[in-house]
Amino acid sequence: MSIPVLKFDAVIVGAGGAGLRSAIQLSEAGLKTAVLSKVFPTRSHTVAAQGGVAASLGNSEEDHWTWHMYDTVKGSDWLGDQDAIEFMCKKANEVVVELEHYGMPFDRTDDGKIYQRPFGGHMSNFGEKPVRRSCAAADRTGHAMLHAMYQRNVKANTQFFVEWMALDLIRDEEGHVLGVTAMEMETGQIVIFHARATIFATGGAGRIYYSSTNAFINTGDGLGMAARAGIPLEDMEFWQFHPTGVAGAGVLITEGVRGEGGILRNSSKERFMERYAPNAKDLASRDVVSRAMTTEIKEGRGCGANKDYVLLDITHLDPATIMKRLPGIHEIGLQFAGVDCLKEPLPVVPTCHYQMGGIPTHYSGRVVMPQGGDMNAVVPGFYAGGECACASVHGANRLGTNSLLDLLVFGKSAGDSAVEDLKAGRAHRDLPKDVADKTLARISALDNRKGGANVHETRLAMQRTMQDHAGVFRFSDLLKEGVSKILEVEKAARNLEIKDKSMAWNTARTEALEMENLIEVAKATMISAEARKESRGAHVRDDAPDSPEFPNGRNDAVWLKHTLFSPADNSICYKPVNMQPLSVEPVELKTRSY
Amino acid sequence: MERADYERLRWRCIRRALLELDITLTRFLDGGEFEKLNGDEKQAFVELADMEDHDLWDLLTGKAEIDDPRLAHIVALIRKS
Ligand SMILES: Cc1cc2nc3c(=O)[nH]c(=O)nc-3n(C[C@H](O)[C@H](O)[C@H](O)COP(=O)(O)OP(=O)(O)OC[C@H]3O[C@@H](n4cnc5c(N)ncnc54)[C@H](O)[C@@H]3O)c2cc1C
Repeated sequence: MSIPVLKFDAVIVGAGGAGLRSAIQLSEAGLKTAVLSKVFPTRSHTVAAQGGVAASLGNSEEDHWTWHMYDTVKGSDWLGDQDAIEFMCKKANEVVVELEHYGMPFDRTDDGKIYQRPFGGHMSNFGEKPVRRSCAAADRTGHAMLHAMYQRNVKANTQFFVEWMALDLIRDEEGHVLGVTAMEMETGQIVIFHARATIFATGGAGRIYYSSTNAFINTGDGLGMAARAGIPLEDMEFWQFHPTGVAGAGVLITEGVRGEGGILRNSSKERFMERYAPNAKDLASRDVVSRAMTTEIKEGRGCGANKDYVLLDITHLDPATIMKRLPGIHEIGLQFAGVDCLKEPLPVVPTCHYQMGGIPTHYSGRVVMPQGGDMNAVVPGFYAGGECACASVHGANRLGTNSLLDLLVFGKSAGDSAVEDLKAGRAHRDLPKDVADKTLARISALDNRKGGANVHETRLAMQRTMQDHAGVFRFSDLLKEGVSKILEVEKAARNLEIKDKSMAWNTARTEALEMENLIEVAKATMISAEARKESRGAHVRDDAPDSPEFPNGRNDAVWLKHTLFSPADNSICYKPVNMQPLSVEPVELKTRSY
Repeated sequence: MERADYERLRWRCIRRALLELDITLTRFLDGGEFEKLNGDEKQAFVELADMEDHDLWDLLTGKAEIDDPRLAHIVALIRKS
């Protein structure tokens, strides 16, 4: 069967913040660039980001990138690579100002500078006191960002393939990446995108959990494709749970609410964060707040008939301030909790929000993996940025507003590195003979299988397993059980059946293909989490509690290392954390407390 | 509505940028509410589904209003569903 081949200098999978930022670099360098997206670019999930993007502009008060770096290393619980963190924090001002030049309508101070708000974990002078570092455009930061970058791409002649789904990464025998196979949803046709550089910017995979703030599109396709092509996944045990998802719905209440003065209370109306984080209180980093909330609930101080949520109180704030600075919150309360937050507190629970791990990359955006003794050998022709990638700047826990920064900085550097490699002469390599065989076999198996597993039921089984066995608090026996359960679900996920066999707009097929990606991520998460026998950042185990020898349950002697999960044989190896920044002194290990 | 047209519409409703809209629109389609609409109403729904996520969400939460009575009628139906 002959499959059409489209040839580009670069193919970018994903048109969210990271993909659009990469595309600007490539197109403006005059390279022929294709961007594929499952949805129209400005429908990408980056649109949902409300809180803002971090940059130590110092517009509202004194700030410095080294302070931002310190907060990021500390937030990461020292699992973040300090070279990558320095790179990102130092570049923050540049990429935010660039965005301003692209037309991003940031909130302004009275004297016309970018307005900056306080945010959880942002501190001045190496952890001393909260600082205002987050730049926002009302509650539409992500949306405004995508529009500005989309327009810039249109001007630069980036070619968009909208409602196209990339299916598999193409790698040749020597390990070079040569593009992707993809499906046009409107026709069901499979096409090969043959490229000199391939960039993944496919976003997160939060839909592996039952309770998630992520939109349905976050199915981890980039991770699934990388895994099937033999590329390991890094630090997949680390998932940030957002402290404040609306109980029952998952819908997010932005951290900006606490930034503007919102207070968490238990059933006796106590401001319990004062006990857990005396300095930062309600502005402590996310996992600290999630853990405190879960402890309150576990110890019987939760609210409601089942005592299974806590309250987020903003009734003491000026209603005009709420409506001006946090306009969406009032409506979310009404719609998903039936609560008027100006008068009553909102019911909230910790909810899966962000994936710290992903496709392993260097801070230049180049994908790296162990090869012949080198733990960070470059995979030629392959780059990644944004939530699907692991640079690793978020380590064991991401600071709020650092992911919009991640996608700007690493989207840009992935684009720059691709430009550099192409200009240095990287050519189109010959496509392997069996280039699309695996993709075609997967599709044909789905179309022809009888008596296979139902997609919806399989997804639900996976989500329940992840929620119950690898949630915000983890237990040794549950994790062990979780591993065998997820391997059972994997069998079903490899044996899916769809009833609809049509070519055009076959959403059943698309969802089945997404499921095959989700399961790769779920499996990597469960097995990596079971294996890491310490608590660190967002990975908190009951059997690794706080002790004088291991404060917060963290064990640096054994576990200060990145997990690399190889999906082919479900094996794990580890690589060292890079503790050496590019130009400043390392942030020395210490106990993470707020 | 032709099958392909419906499935295209469905994809554009079940894969939004905002989880809030995923939940609300999927419920409207898969819960059978869309099926009950007449041809003109279905067309109006398609127009709404084409909107930017935040703009549509503002309508569905009553934060913004829309002049076109055809669209306002569908907004009211979705809000009730
Ligand atoms: C509710 C919410 C609020 C948030 N608020 C903030 C905030 O205030 N500040 C902050 O820093 N971070 C925030 N985050 C996190 C941040 O928004 C995300 O990490 C970030 O937007 C991810 O961007 P991305 O470019 O990596 O991916 P996305 O924006 O998710 O884009 C992924 C792209 O990949 C495409 N794609 C995926 N798979 C395929 C495939 N197989 N074929 C073709 N295309 C594909 C999609 O169509 C899409 O275009 C928030 C997250 C959520 C869920």
